[in-house]
Order: sequence, then C-alpha cells, then structure tokens
Amino acid sequence: MLDPDLVGRTFVGASSTVVTQEAITNFARVLGAENFDVAPPTFSISITLAQSQTLLQESGLDWSRVVHGDQRFVLSRPIVAGDNFICSATIESARVMAGNEIVTVRSDLHSGTELVVSTWSTLVVRA
Amino acid sequence: MSNFEVGQEFAPKTFLIDRQLLVAYANASGDQNPIHQDEAFAKSVGLPDVIAHGMLTMALAGKYVSDLAGGSGAVKEFSARFTKPVVVPANSVVELVISAKVSALENGCAKLDLTAICADSKVLGMAKAVISLS
Repeated sequence: MLDPDLVGRTFVGASSTVVTQEAITNFARVLGAENFDVAPPTFSISITLAQSQTLLQESGLDWSRVVHGDQRFVLSRPIVAGDNFICSATIESARVMAGNEIVTVRSDLHSGTELVVSTWSTLVVRA
Repeated sequence: MSNFEVGQEFAPKTFLIDRQLLVAYANASGDQNPIHQDEAFAKSVGLPDVIAHGMLTMALAGKYVSDLAGGSGAVKEFSARFTKPVVVPANSVVELVISAKVSALENGCAKLDLTAICADSKVLGMAKAVISLS
C-alpha cells in the first residue's frame, strides 16, 4: 500500500539521462520505422519508467502486482539525440477501487529549463 | 500530407507481434518485466500466456499516427487506456490492426480517435492523438 503522505510530492531525479542516437534508432526500428531523426512519440517511457518504478517501490507499492491502466504523453517538441534530461516524478493521486489500488504518476522531462515531455501513467495494483 | 477533414477515416494497418518482437521491445525500452517474455512466470501470476507490453501496443499505434502525421515530430499528444491484454503464444504471430478517424480540427492541429483491434477485441480504449498540421 502506498504511503498516502507521498501524494502530491515531487521527486527530482538525482542524475540526468543523455539521449543517444542509438537509443532512438533501436526503439524506432522495433516499431518498423525507417526515419530516426527524432524519437517516436512514446520513446520517453524508456527514460521515465525505471525512475517511476523505483519511486513507487520505495513508496510501498507492490510492483509485482502492477498492471498498466492508461498512459498519456504531451510533447512540446520531439525528443532528439543529445537531449540531456532531468526526470521529475509526482504521485498525483492514489485511491482504492474494488480492492485495487490505483495510482497516477506524472513524469516531466526537462532539458535545462525547457519542459519537453510530460507523461501520466495510471497503474493498477491488483488486489 | 493530405488535407484532413473532420470524420475522415484512414485505412487500417496491420502490425505483426511475436515473441521475438516482445524481446526486442523489452531491450529497446528497458521494460524487462517477465510477464512479457516468460510463459511460466506469466501463468504463475494468473495470465493466460505471455502478453505484449501495453506500451508496445501503444508504440505501434504511435508509429501509425507518426506515419499519418508526416513524422513523429508532428505528434503533440497521445493517450490510451489498456483495456485488454494482447496475448502472444509461442511460435505464433498475432495481428494488431490500427485505424484512425479525425474527430476535430483546431488550432492548426487534427485530433484523431484511434482503434486498436487484436483477436476481435479492442485492446486500447479512449486512444487519442493530437497532430500538428503545420
């Protein structure tokens, strides 16, 4: 069970992530893309997932029972190779429905002061 | 890019998903959850078999949207619910069919409603994208 005191708090990643051309190309190629100038629209999950997983596990969530409920991306511009991101994660809400715990996490990727991508992930912890 | 009109429907495209693609996506995305690769583990947690990453299904829908939009750079917003798992048995290829319809045009953008079908079931719900037309 997630510690309810953590809802609304933002956790800023201690280290930054540099996006490589190789990472973009590998991700895009799996999807059958042939143009690797910019990252596919869902690429940022490869940066934010690990951090939000760590945050939620440290906050008391049982990751082994987690199912992805929904996902949203808002991009101010596409991600390109060389972007150097700091990821911040905010637990926006946590509630219990029919015995399942439902948690929404927002992750923002900043390159310097520029907010490039915001994502919202709703995770369901099966009872 | 073609001119977009409200109500316009785009031809469906079929994406093929097999176990090999799940491993490739796991390596590219860093999501190594065993329910997407290990049949025994998937069954031990109550799943019918190995299932595709919801984010792989969404990423393939994103590829479809990028192609309609003239490139990934035009995609401004993208969202979906994971309504049903995409089950991927060993030694088989599963078909994921994506299609789209223009729901609105505003501020130089087109809003798209997306449909993702696998084994006669909708696997994404409320799947929507906003693409820039400029």
